[in-house]
Formats: sequence, structure tokens, C-alpha cells
Amino acid sequence: MTPASPSTALPDVLAIAARHAQEPGGLMPALHAVQNACGYIPKESVTGIAEIFNLSRAEVHGVITYYHHFRSEPAGRCVVQVCRAESCQSMGADALWAHAQTKLGCSGDHGTSPDGVYTLEPVYCLGLCASSPAMVVGSEVHARITPAKFDRIVAEAGVAA
Amino acid sequence: MSGEAIIVYVPRDSAALAVGADRVAKAIEAEAAQRGLTIKLVRNGSRGMFWLEPLVEVATPQGRVAYGPVETDDVAGMFDAGFLQAGAHALNLGLTEEIPFLKKQERLTFARMGITDPLSLDDYEAHEGFAGLRRALTLEPQAIVQQVLDSGLRGRGGAAFPAGIKWKTVAATTAKQKYIVCNADEGDSGTYSDRMTMEGDPYMLIEGMTIAGLATGATLGYIYVRSEYPHSVAVLDAAIAAARAAGYLGASVLGSGRAFDLIVRMAAGAYVCGEETALLESLEGKRGIVRAKPPLPALQGLFGQPTVINNVITLASVPIILARGADFYKNFGMGRSRGTLPIQLAGNIKHGGLVERAFGVTLRELLFDYGGGSASGRPIKTVQVGGPLGAYVPESQWDIPFDYEAYAAVGAVLGHGGLVVHDDTADLSKLARYAMEFCAIESCGKCTPCRIGSTRGVEVIDKITRNQNRPQQVKLLRDLCDTMINGSLCAMGGMTPYPVLSALNHYPQDFGLAAPDRKAA
Repeated sequence: MTPASPSTALPDVLAIAARHAQEPGGLMPALHAVQNACGYIPKESVTGIAEIFNLSRAEVHGVITYYHHFRSEPAGRCVVQVCRAESCQSMGADALWAHAQTKLGCSGDHGTSPDGVYTLEPVYCLGLCASSPAMVVGSEVHARITPAKFDRIVAEAGVAA
Repeated sequence: MSGEAIIVYVPRDSAALAVGADRVAKAIEAEAAQRGLTIKLVRNGSRGMFWLEPLVEVATPQGRVAYGPVETDDVAGMFDAGFLQAGAHALNLGLTEEIPFLKKQERLTFARMGITDPLSLDDYEAHEGFAGLRRALTLEPQAIVQQVLDSGLRGRGGAAFPAGIKWKTVAATTAKQKYIVCNADEGDSGTYSDRMTMEGDPYMLIEGMTIAGLATGATLGYIYVRSEYPHSVAVLDAAIAAARAAGYLGASVLGSGRAFDLIVRMAAGAYVCGEETALLESLEGKRGIVRAKPPLPALQGLFGQPTVINNVITLASVPIILARGADFYKNFGMGRSRGTLPIQLAGNIKHGGLVERAFGVTLRELLFDYGGGSASGRPIKTVQVGGPLGAYVPESQWDIPFDYEAYAAVGAVLGHGGLVVHDDTADLSKLARYAMEFCAIESCGKCTPCRIGSTRGVEVIDKITRNQNRPQQVKLLRDLCDTMINGSLCAMGGMTPYPVLSALNHYPQDFGLAAPDRKAA
């Protein structure tokens, strides 16, 4: 979740992916490892990853774009994921989402604030449904969110980011 | 204060962490140190009473005493009140086991939950852990399968298919490599029993999967965990390493000469990968697209090999069945729904949490006797039972017993046992629209009814709520739902109509239609 070093060079990225080359079905763990290292899966790494797994570029691209978790572009330094599923809806998640968009200056479904600090994304269930509404900021989970609590948590995380 | 350290428990479950359990644990340690008191802090799983989290417990000669919900600001005051001797305090809840929400349950699968340190093998062994595995090692494979068949255990992931039949099918195959796959892609809103199991009692899942391996001849298992559950992945990885080091996993399980090992794989945020064949595709490193059946995964599953694929709770229910016998388990429940179901109260509910009861309990009991009504204090309007693909159940149906067949008879499902409660401010046309919208976002795209139908569903519901040819559009929506139910390849498209049609049938006023002239049966 937390990008270690967003500026990882291409040979290093491919070396990370290559560690999973011998695992059956190793492409998914390889993509996770690359994203963990870089914060996203750089487009320029797709050809190399495809070669490692003896796949076509289209196949690797297809896998990356199929899964919501994988990103092809860097996110803001602080990723905020607000749950929008039914349980959280029953406890005001729609209003919380609107509040988050305004507060962070993020528009659309996967928006990044103009200063590049925050990326706001929807998430569909964090398994914290008895303590709705819930969200993730960076790698920390938070529940029973009120607008005031939201403001406090993102402000602290934004300073740290 | 003398001698032995007093044991204090602060849960490490995600839902406790999400409301500050780590900070509370640190504050308790700091406060004890400052006062020169020796405590032993144990990070247990959650008891499943989430409105009380962080729920701190202290061990006393009379039993464990609970305090909650504890915030860091409360800690000094608790110590002033003699918290280590269970002193009186506004947050003191008395003996944990006597809290009615817990006391009235029938915890079989969740018997250890919140009691033990999830990663302590000693704790696990001391609470009946590995008794099922030890028994299984004395049985022939077909006798293990017979126990699971006789117990009546059905898949707890939602489809309720008899677990023993899957096992028997895989056991009967001959292949160089067979697999046990655990579906831990718990994507349904309102459910968290898989997450609690992985974080709070991981050895139970490891034991259940190992037994499945012994029964079917599979030597390798995969646990496919959603990426939204990083804590579960971390606990499972640590538990598997510890179990392997202690000889419960590996080339010779408990010195039996029989091999079984486990690998944890992280999913990547595709809801449809909770469907078993899409999950297998994803494990193979591909897009999680649903496969047409046949072939059944039991015959040609992961990497084309015979594969048992079961939900977390299904596999976690196996150890107690082996330990206590099929009859013990089968004696709980009703009809063809045997044993217990870990039910998850969620959404707009005052006392949200995990209630394990034998089948036969009613929604009304769960909502009011356990849940204490809505969190907002307003009347409960509807309950979505069984996740995003489950029906909205109106009050007229709250006395139907929790039983797979009884729910199916009214067009509803128990699914994975999640209940999402909505109060009277809920607009069911909005929730129906959301069901279609969610299906459009998450459809794998392989079959047309799901891929196109979900997008058309959103448009049609919008026309209904805007009153553009409302009567025709309602008919169109019903036709569309009929196509999706009968024409979709899997439950994603095939069951999205459940919440939509139940909303339309039971709450027509929310769609601008006349209220039903009779109480819906």
C-alpha cells in the first residue's frame, strides 16, 4: 500500500517481478510486488514483465487493467479510500463521500487533489461493516467516521505524506 | 501489587484497530509502566461486539472482565479505578462471558474468537485446537469425507452446496496434483466473518484446509484473500510460518508422512473473483473472468487439476466436526440447514457484531434481541440479507427462520450471513439502482445479460424514478431482471435482480408506484 520509493528504475522493477517468474500463476504476485515498490505499475515495465512470464503485452495489460487495485499512474502521496458499499451507505457514506470530495479537492471517482497530496477513491467494503462508515488512509483503517473525524485523520496523514 | 503479571487483552482485529486499539494498547502499557505495575498485554482477536471496541479485558480469578469502548483518554481513569482488579468504572461491563449478546450465542466455529492470542499455537492447542486434525490422521480419507457428508455442512460462502459432495468428487479423482483452494474474497458488504477468522483464529482455517487435504489427497492449498484485507494476509502468513515450523504443515503433517502446505495469494479488488471459477482464473495469474461449467472445478479446477474450493467459514467449520463428530454438529440447525451460521449484524444497527447461532433463528430476534434496533434510533425499514446480491427483506418476513430453503421460498437468500440494516430514511429505488450500478462496475463482461443488463438496469430505474413512461419501464425492468436471472453465467448477473426485484415488490412507493394493497407475504 505504502510506496517505498516511487522512483524505482526499470531494471530494478523487472528484477522485482522476475522473483515470481517460477511461481505457478506468478503474474499477480509479481504485479503486487511491483506496485508495492513503485506505488503503481509503470507503463514502461509492461513489455519486460510480459517477457518474464512469456506472455504477450496485451495479456499483461489486460490483467493490470482488469483489477481495480492495480494502478498504471502514480497516485497522490496520501491515498484516501472511502467505503461506498451498502453497509456504509446506511450510515451516511454518500454524504461522507461528498464531504471528502470537497475537503480534499478531489473530483470524480479516482481524483487527485491539484497539489498532488491526496487521491480519493471509492472502495467496496473493508469488512468493518459493524462500525460503518469506514475508510482507509494510507495503510491505516478507520471506522465510525464523522466529517470532523475525517478532517482530523486526513489532515494528520496529509502532513505526514 | 506482587508477583505475577496481570493479563490485559486488547484486540488486534482490524475493526478494533480502526477505532484506535493500537493507541489504547500503548496507553495501557505506558500507564502501567508509569505506575510501576507489571502487566502482560495480549493482543487477542475480537469477541465480535464491535460497538464496544476497543474492548479491553483484564483477567481476574472470577474470569475476564470487559471495559469498553475504551479511548486513550479513559486509560488513566481506569487505572485510578483499579482496572487491573476489575474495579468499578463507567466503562466496566462486568464478566465478558455474561454480556447477553455473547451469552445467548451458540459459538462452535467462533468458540475461541477473542479468547485466544491468534498466533499462539499453545493457546490454540489449549482450546481444542488441532483435535480435529489429530482425529483425521487416524481415519481413512473416505471416512473423513463421510464425516463431512454426515455433518450436513453446506458451503457458507453463499451457494450452500454440500461440502462433502465436493470433497467426495475430488477424492475420487486420480491426479498427480490436487488442490484445496480457500475462497477468502469476502467482498459482500455487511460481512466480516471470514476476516475475523483469518485475523482472530487463523489456525482453525489452516487445520480445516489440512483436513480437506488429507480427505481428498491434495497436498497444496491456496488461500485467496482480498487486497482490502492486508491485516488478514499478514496474520495468515505468520500463522502458516509458525504452523510449518511446528510440524503442522509441510512434508509430513504431525509426523504422519503425509504432506500438506499452504500459500496465501492476494487478490486485487475484483468483486467477481469471489465466484469460484473467476477466482481460479485469478490464481492462475489471469483476468478474473468466469468460466463456463462444466467442467466442474472438482474435476478440472486450478491449473486444470481436481480442486476443492470452499469458503473460509466452510473450511473453518471442519475441525470441530472432526473433533466432536458429525452428529454433534448435525444436531444444531433445522431442515436441511445443519449446524450453525456466523451471522454478521451490520449497517444501521445499534449493537453490530458477530452472532453465531444454529439455523432457525429469526431476523427479528437478531435485529432486536441482539442488535438492539437501529443505530440512528429510527424505525428499521429494511434489511438486506446475504450481501449485494441478496434481497431486501421487509418486516412482514422477519419471522421466517434462518434456513436456506425457507429463505429461497420467498425469493431471498442467506448468502454469507451478512445483514445490512437500513432505517426509514432509506430510499429503496436508490438502493436498487446501486445494485445495478455495482453489477455494472464489477461485471467480468463475459456474458451479455450481466455486462449489458446492469447498465440498462441503471437507465431503466432512472427513467422510473423520473416518471418517464413509468408503467412501461417497470415492465421493462422486470423483463430485464428475468433475462439476467435466467441468462447469466454466474451469480453476479444472476442474482443482482434479487435486491432490485425485492425493492420493487416490497417498497413500490419508493419507485413512485402505488403501495401494495396487501401485506406482502
